[in-house]
Amino acid sequence: MSPSPMIQELVIAAVKIALVVGTLLGLFSVMTWVERRTLAFMQYRLGPNRTGPFGILQPIADGIKLFFKEEVMPAAADKWGFLAAPVVAVSTALLAVAVLPYGPPFALPQLDFLPIWLWPEWVKGRTVQIQIATIDVGLLFIFAIGALGVYGIVLAGWSANNKYTLLGGLRSSAQMFSYELALGLSWVGIIMLAGSFQIADIVNAQSGWFWRWNAFVQFPAFVVYFIAATAEVARIPFDLPEGESELVAGFHTEYSSMRFALLQMAEYINMITVAVLATNLFLGGWHAGIPGLPSEGLPGFVWWGAKVSVLLFVFIWLRGTLPRFRYDQLMNIGWKVLIPVAAVWILATATGVALGLFPVASS
Amino acid sequence: MDAILFYASAAVAVTSAVVVIAQRNPTYSAFALIVTLCSLSVIFALLGSPFIAVLQVIVYAGAIMVLFLFVLMLLNVKSEEDTPGRGGRTLGGVALALVTLLVLQAGAVLVRSKPGPAPQFDASTRKMAEVLFSPHFLYVFEATSILILAALVGAVALARKEP
Repeated sequence: MSPSPMIQELVIAAVKIALVVGTLLGLFSVMTWVERRTLAFMQYRLGPNRTGPFGILQPIADGIKLFFKEEVMPAAADKWGFLAAPVVAVSTALLAVAVLPYGPPFALPQLDFLPIWLWPEWVKGRTVQIQIATIDVGLLFIFAIGALGVYGIVLAGWSANNKYTLLGGLRSSAQMFSYELALGLSWVGIIMLAGSFQIADIVNAQSGWFWRWNAFVQFPAFVVYFIAATAEVARIPFDLPEGESELVAGFHTEYSSMRFALLQMAEYINMITVAVLATNLFLGGWHAGIPGLPSEGLPGFVWWGAKVSVLLFVFIWLRGTLPRFRYDQLMNIGWKVLIPVAAVWILATATGVALGLFPVASS
Repeated sequence: MDAILFYASAAVAVTSAVVVIAQRNPTYSAFALIVTLCSLSVIFALLGSPFIAVLQVIVYAGAIMVLFLFVLMLLNVKSEEDTPGRGGRTLGGVALALVTLLVLQAGAVLVRSKPGPAPQFDASTRKMAEVLFSPHFLYVFEATSILILAALVGAVALARKEP
């Protein structure tokens, strides 16, 4: 006897959540190592290479170190704020990943050799997609959670009662709400073309040849998105909230041990989210880009994973290449370049859609 | 399921709203207000309008509250001292809250006493956009955007340094 459909859905949702969150946490620790090694090679160094083969066990060593370090809280800190900040940062980072599709829909394999309690009849051949929540306003949900994400950093900066952290928090709030506008505006064109807020629909609107990808059709929007997203996750060249040459370590100066690791984790998860989003919105998601090649099932995951990896590498590459912006330059780029460019491009896309120049997905 | 979620988020909304006014530390008040707005957004989502729910978070809990916090942090406001005449104002506030509650309850009773089934409405994003951009509301909608644009230009003009 198979359980009721609601129980089935709940079980599948729980498995998806465990899978996505587990993978992200694993990816976070691997990414710290990949980033340090890649940066080191870019700077003619070796990077962490002592723990395990090629230093691959370094994240585990780091984790153990952080676990056993003493947690320090400044005496004058705001206790509740200081404790809540890493929690807010991580939970908003993990909320945003809920509406992202990870790879194409696929049919679960039969796997008849598995015992029936582990792989029951109703899961065999069921079509699933690794996306935790499919909601009507998927893209806007990410935007909303991104808007909340800033509070983790603001709270961390304010509650530590230190002028450097406060300045870091102030900078990050100003930076994030400036670039959020450009980020949101860069999506409007692709929403118009796909006729849907759902990310899976936007991915499917880009099937066919790779010049149908939004990165080409909506090239200015892609550039705006990429710059704004880099600023939104406060990566170099936009890492003013941390700015170690001016602010010690910015908003997380006073954090140590696991709380520091949590803030770090939130940052990496945000970076992965941004890369996944760019893949899905602009780079055709799991579509190969050449009609003959398969893009459903396993090959789709390969394409999708390759695109995400390239984007993550580009983030590290940028860090190894570019110097940090000055604060007034950062504000100027956000308000006087990105937002006008995005706004003009929305107008151009709308005109193009009205005149029938752009391929619009039928809805 | 819906009922549990509704009562949970309603309880959080009311509690955090009380914290907003009871708390002497303005930064705590601001954070409590963010919690209130987010739990209201859950209620909007339960009512079948994810679009309004998300807008509530983006506009109020996101943009506007960040500005509040930005100012609070910039001025580094400490806890408020007790001000004279506070008791009278508290009484006035409680009275006003009671009157509002009565009016809302009266409205709810009036609506419920109407005969016939409850009106069905579709609050999906597509339907909302169709209504908003229908000839009925289009001019109001555009006039509102011009009003906001005017406020924006005004703010820039006021903040601008004289050359």
